[in-house]
Amino acid sequence: MSSFRKIILTAALVAMAGMALAQSDKYPGLGRAATPKEVAKWDIDVRPDFKGLPPGSGSVAKGQDVWEAKCAHCHGIFGESNEVFSALIGGTTADDIKTGHVANLSRTDFPGRTTIMKVATVSTLWDYINRAMPWTNPKTLTTEEVYSVTAFLLSLANVVPDDFVLSDKNIAEVQKRMPNRNGMTTAHAMWPGKEFKGAAKPDTANTICMKDCAPEPKHASLLPDFARNAHGNLADQNRLVGQQHGADTSRPEGKATPAPGTAAPAAPRTEVNNESKGAIALLNKHSCTACHGVDKKVVGPGFNEIAKKHSGKADYLVGKIKSGGSGVWGPVPMPPQSLPEADAKAIAAWIAKGASK
Amino acid sequence: MKENNINSGRVQKAPENFLNQEGIRTVFAEGKSGRRDFIRNAFAAAAAGAAVPAALAQGNPVPTEGGDPNILNLPEHATGLGQGVASNNGYGVPSRFESNIQRRQSPGLTQTTQASVSFAPLQSLFGIVTPSGLHFERHHQGWWDIDPSKHRFMVNGMVKKPMVFTMDEIMRLPSVSRFHFIECGANTAVDWGNVAVPTVQYTHGMVSCSEFTGVPLITLLELAGADLKNGKFVLAEGGDGSSMTRTIPMSLITSGEVLVAYGQNGEMLRPENGYPLRLIVPGVQGVSWVKYLRRVEVGDQPYAAKDEAVHYIDLMKDGQHRQYTSIQECKSVVTTPSGGQVLLDKGFYNITGLAWSGRGKVKRVDVSVDGGRNWRQARLETPVLSKALTRFNLDWVWDGKPAIIQSRAQDETGYVQPTYQQLRAVRGTRSIYHNNAIQSWLVQENGEVKNVQLS
Repeated sequence: MSSFRKIILTAALVAMAGMALAQSDKYPGLGRAATPKEVAKWDIDVRPDFKGLPPGSGSVAKGQDVWEAKCAHCHGIFGESNEVFSALIGGTTADDIKTGHVANLSRTDFPGRTTIMKVATVSTLWDYINRAMPWTNPKTLTTEEVYSVTAFLLSLANVVPDDFVLSDKNIAEVQKRMPNRNGMTTAHAMWPGKEFKGAAKPDTANTICMKDCAPEPKHASLLPDFARNAHGNLADQNRLVGQQHGADTSRPEGKATPAPGTAAPAAPRTEVNNESKGAIALLNKHSCTACHGVDKKVVGPGFNEIAKKHSGKADYLVGKIKSGGSGVWGPVPMPPQSLPEADAKAIAAWIAKGASK
Repeated sequence: MKENNINSGRVQKAPENFLNQEGIRTVFAEGKSGRRDFIRNAFAAAAAGAAVPAALAQGNPVPTEGGDPNILNLPEHATGLGQGVASNNGYGVPSRFESNIQRRQSPGLTQTTQASVSFAPLQSLFGIVTPSGLHFERHHQGWWDIDPSKHRFMVNGMVKKPMVFTMDEIMRLPSVSRFHFIECGANTAVDWGNVAVPTVQYTHGMVSCSEFTGVPLITLLELAGADLKNGKFVLAEGGDGSSMTRTIPMSLITSGEVLVAYGQNGEMLRPENGYPLRLIVPGVQGVSWVKYLRRVEVGDQPYAAKDEAVHYIDLMKDGQHRQYTSIQECKSVVTTPSGGQVLLDKGFYNITGLAWSGRGKVKRVDVSVDGGRNWRQARLETPVLSKALTRFNLDWVWDGKPAIIQSRAQDETGYVQPTYQQLRAVRGTRSIYHNNAIQSWLVQENGEVKNVQLS
C-alpha cells in the first residue's frame, strides 16, 4: 500500500469515527450530517414571526412588471381573475384594515372569497410565492422579485401605497395592516394536540336513538333532472354485475331500466393512437395543459379550437409556440415558450392534423 | 366511456330545495306523525312518470327453452386453452370487464388537471383496502415519477445535528406496516349547502385506505437529536414544485403514529401518491400527508403555510375561520345501495358501507332505511383498526317502496356522527371542509337511487 493511499484510508477512518460519534448509537451507519449549503438550499420556509425571511426588498412598481410578465396570464392583471384559480384580490375595505376582520366574510350573499379576504399572515404570501410560483416554474423568482410581487399584491388591496417598497425591515408593520389578521380562531377540537389550547369537546353532540326518532325534516334537496347525467352516464361508472347496477342516465328515468343479465357488455377502452399519445405527453411535459385543454378552453384556447382555426399550418404554429403572442384568441398574452425545436414541431404537427386524442 | 364525452360545463349549484312549499309542509307534517308514507308522498314528484320497470321482474328466470344457454352451451374458456403466465409485461391488470371502475374527475370542479382531484369509486369497492390504482388523487401542482436513488430526506430546525438520508438508509431502519385511511379535508364539501353531485364516488370518494409501510418519524427525529420538549411543531415539506408544507403537532409524532412511508399495499407508493416517500399522519386530513417528502423541520411555533392560512381553513357563521382544523371526525357512508345505482328487484339486499374516525376505532354503526326514524345496528366486519376504514353490513329486504337509507357511526371516544341539521347549526354551510354529516340515499319505487338531503 502506498503511503498516499494510507493517508487517504486513515483520513476516511477518522471521518467515519467522527460521524459515528455524532449520531445515535442505535442505528450506526445511517444518515449523515447535512451541510450548511444543503440546509440553506432547502430550508426556505418563512414563519409568521418572519423567521426564515431572507433580507431584501422590492417595490410595487417592480412587482407590477414581474406580475404582468409572469403572473397575470393566470391571475388577471389585477389579481381578480377566477378563470383558472380563485381570485386573489378583492372584497376587502379600508375599514377591514382598521379592524383586522374582513366584514364580507360574515355575509352569506357575498360571492366568493379571495385570498386577501382570508389570509391573516403576510408571511404566508411571501412563503408561498417564493416556494411555488409561478405555477409552471416554481422557485425561479429572485428574492427581490418575491418582495416586489408581494408588495404589488398588497398595493392592489390598498394595504400598502403604490410607491411602497416592501422589505424585511418593514414587513412586520405591514402585518399590522392585513385586512383579516384577526380573522382566525383555534378554539375548536380538531387539532390533534394541546398546543393551541383549543376546545376539549367536539362541536356537535349527536346521540344514539334507535326507535321513533324524530327527524323533523324541514326541507329536502335532490339533484334537478337536468343534472342527472352531468357526471356522465352512471351506468358506465358501476360494475357490470353486482347487487345494484348503474342507472342509465343517458335515457329518461324510469322508461327502460335494463333487466338483469341484459346489461350491455363493457366496451373495451378506446385505443388512443400513438402519435396523439406522444403529443399529449409533450403537452404535459412542457406544462402546455396548464393553460390549454386538449378539448376545452382553459386560459388559452383548447387545442381542438386551434386545430380548427389553423388546420395544416404546422410551421405557423411552431412560430406561435416559440414566440408567444396575444390578440388572436383574446387579450390574455401567451408568453414565449422555451422547449426543444423537435418538441415544438411535434406538437405543432399534431395540432395541424386535428389535435385528436 | 371516454372522459372527454362528459359535459365539462360547471355543475349548476343546486337550489336550496326542490320541493315546493306545500311539499315541504307535507314532509314535515307526515314525518312528525310518523307515517311511513311520508317518503312516498314527498318524493312523488321526483318519481313522477316512473313506471315499474322490467328490472323488478324475477332476476334469474328459467328460459322457455328449458335451460340457460350460459349453462347449456359450453363457452370457449371451458373448451380451449387459456393464457400463459407473466403476461401484461409481468404486472397483472384488472379484468377487461372491470373497465367501468375508474377514479374520475368531477366535471367542472377544477379548470386544470394538475391542480385537481380524482375520486375513488367507493360504490364498487369491497372490504377496507383501496386498490392503489384507484386511490383518490389530489395534486396542487401536478404529479411526478421521481428517481428514488436521487431522492433525499432532510431533518433540520431544532435538532442537535441537521441530517440527510438516502432512500437506502431510510429503508434500512426498522419499519412498521399499518392500515390507515386518508381523507381529504374537503371530502363531501360540495354537499355542505345542498345536494350537488349524483354518486358516492363524487360525494365521498376523497377517502381511501391502504396498508402503509415506513419508519416512525420519531426514529428519524431522535437520530438527529431533536428537541422534543420545546420543539412543539414540525413542518413537513414536499420536494415537488408546490413544495407543500404543513404543520404537524409533535405530540402526535412522539406517540409513534406518524410515519415516513415508502410502502403502500405491499409495493412501493404509486407516483400519484407520493413515490418514493410520503408522510402518514393517521386521523388527520390528507393535505398533511405530504407527498414527495423531502424535509421536516422542528420548530417552536406553527407555520401558517398556504394550506393552513388560505386554504383548509373552515369559515364559521360569524365570519371567523377555524385554523389548524386537522382531525377527520367520525363519519360513515353506505356505498351500496348508493346514488346512481338501480336496485334490480324487490327482495334481499346486503346494505354495505364504510365508517372511519380520526380519533381511533369505530365502535358501532347503525343503519336506517326510513330516513332516520328507526335504526338497526349493523355488523362491523373485521379487521376493526384505529384510524382505518371499517366495513359494515346489514341485511335488508326491500319491499319495493321508497326508502331513505342512512348510516350513523360512533367511535371509541363516544362521539356520534352528526346530522346535517346539527352540523349546520354550529358551522353554517360555508365552511367547505370537514363535512362528516350523515348521508341520505333515496331509493325510489323504480329502483333508482338518488342523493338526497332531508334535514
